[in-house]
Amino acid sequence: MYQVLSPEGFAEEELDPRLLLSMYRDMVYARVLDRWLMRLQRMGKIGIHAPSEGQEAAGVGTAYALGENDWIFPLYRELPVFVARKVPISDIVNRNLSNRADPLKGRDFAVYGDIKYRIVPAPIPVAVHIPSAVGFALSLKYKKLSEVVINYFGDGATSKGDFHEALNFAGVFKAPIVFVCVNNQYAISVPVSRQTAVERLSVKAVAYGFEGVSVDGNDVVACYLAAKRAVEKARRGEGPTLIEAVTYRIGPHTTADDPSRYRDDEEVEMWRRRDPITRLRSHLLRRGLWSMDEDEKLWQTAEETIRKTIEECEKNPPLPPESILEDVYATPPWHLIEEREEFSQLR
Amino acid sequence: MATRELTYVEALNEALREEMRRDDSVIVFGEEVAAAGGVYKVTKDLLKEFGPKRVLDTPISEIAIVGAAIGAALNGLRPVAEIMFFDFVGIAFDQLVTHASKMRFMSGGQVKLPLVIRTQYSLGRSYGSQHTQFLAASLLQAPGLKIVAPATPYDAKGLLKSSIRDDDPVLFVESGALYVNRSYYGYRGPVPEEEYLIPLGKADVKRVGDDVTIVAVSRTVSEAMAAANQLEEKGVKAEVVDLRTIMPMDYETIINSVKKTNRLVVAEDSVKTGGISAEVASHVCEYAFEYLEAPIVRLNSPPMPAPQASELEKKYMVSAEKIVNAVTKLVK
Repeated sequence: MYQVLSPEGFAEEELDPRLLLSMYRDMVYARVLDRWLMRLQRMGKIGIHAPSEGQEAAGVGTAYALGENDWIFPLYRELPVFVARKVPISDIVNRNLSNRADPLKGRDFAVYGDIKYRIVPAPIPVAVHIPSAVGFALSLKYKKLSEVVINYFGDGATSKGDFHEALNFAGVFKAPIVFVCVNNQYAISVPVSRQTAVERLSVKAVAYGFEGVSVDGNDVVACYLAAKRAVEKARRGEGPTLIEAVTYRIGPHTTADDPSRYRDDEEVEMWRRRDPITRLRSHLLRRGLWSMDEDEKLWQTAEETIRKTIEECEKNPPLPPESILEDVYATPPWHLIEEREEFSQLR
Repeated sequence: MATRELTYVEALNEALREEMRRDDSVIVFGEEVAAAGGVYKVTKDLLKEFGPKRVLDTPISEIAIVGAAIGAALNGLRPVAEIMFFDFVGIAFDQLVTHASKMRFMSGGQVKLPLVIRTQYSLGRSYGSQHTQFLAASLLQAPGLKIVAPATPYDAKGLLKSSIRDDDPVLFVESGALYVNRSYYGYRGPVPEEEYLIPLGKADVKRVGDDVTIVAVSRTVSEAMAAANQLEEKGVKAEVVDLRTIMPMDYETIINSVKKTNRLVVAEDSVKTGGISAEVASHVCEYAFEYLEAPIVRLNSPPMPAPQASELEKKYMVSAEKIVNAVTKLVK
């Protein structure tokens, strides 16, 4: 398994401090925002949340390998990716509050998605978006664009037919795509050992004729460098790569899940000691690029900024009820117009 | 307008060719569509004219075919993907129903999916239970999707061209029987030389009559036209309404015809339970009950798998003979 930063924060390869500090900031913001979204769900203000705590290195590191014109096909646990893409916090909060500023108009419980940031709204069923990510990548090639696609999914997705058909397709047609399997050890309650008999999910790429690599998913530098190589390879027209980022889902599957039913605290504690944010901080402190004072201030600022952003977002009005009848077809057929008339009479 | 006679297959091929010439964003892919030109020759010689970047043979992967069409459409192309048999659409049901048909809605209207999935069902060709299913009724539960099923060469060409230009996902269902059965009304027919389009969502009165309305779609339009000829000899004037688009359905044309004839027979190739005929019949009952002078008759395949043996299949499926018998009883 590819690792650059040791758990103690020693590095085999020392990256540009500005890049590391920027990634660190985004990981902290993603963590704080994730905890706020959990809280908002507990307060009854948002419907459901799939927390990303513990997975910040996998999301931020791989997303930093992208150019701004590259396309992201996330699943529902990619909050760190959106923060790394510099989506304003308010956009993400509005999405979750399902208010009038929600780009998805209250119709999807994915964390986020907005075409204007080249983030294709995520589906909820796992793996369903892998074939469309491949089709999208192939059409970039057809249009002779140098953009590439990065496609995120979890360990559970690798058991689905969609995954196999799509990766086979990508191999045959040399799609400019990077698959990032965020192996967080669990598909809801089912451990990865029940999804597959292989030790490392990256070996699955062998069957489709392209390279697979496993990286320490709690090592943001390893995630970044592995993704960068894969993105450059895709951009050169040399086809796809499957990256397995080995990490851990510290929180529940979603706010509707109680993980104490299927895993013990010692396991969670062991992974907490491998926290990706702590690891990068150790490295930054070791190189004298960061101080504990600065660190405390960053966490405080993040907390304060996000709290204020949420307060502002809560002032947005709710979605109008008749909006549920929009966007089914390009032009509404007569029967939907009729439904809308009946609907407005009900109000 | 100058016209010539084309077969159903030739008309479809011409539609693809014209749209590909007109618009570089139209690409064709699927199993056997390129080098072989399609197992039924609908994509014949497209590879020769448009090259391997626009006409692609794919692995046997229906999920990836439909999924790739979604991705290509998201990126502004107009993919026309082929699923060899309607039965195999089941493999990609999730992509089509759970993903494609909902994407415009779930994205808050951010994205459009101008894709066409072409497929065909081969009831009437002695292909057995797994190559003959007409599953359109099951897809009526997927709002956001359009379902088109042409019954003649003229409609096949005009509707396929419109489907390719449409900004919503379209499942374009062809009839394998109309590819090959020369005795069918829809096998060969006049097609103008000049370009034309047929709007989606509009039914077509294929034959005018006052005594009974026969609503049919795809293959059964040929059976209904043959039945109407036989009925005329008996002095019964049947009106044949071809749905052409199954979703969204043109209820207005159906109801206007029922208001005139006061009798309705629905003849189509779904199995009877929950078939398209059930949707047509319930709609007419809901909105035009007072115009009916007799109970609605639904003619479908029985709710069981199709037999393979040709003689048995003929008994199984909707035929001109069954329509004539039903109408004769109805107008007594």
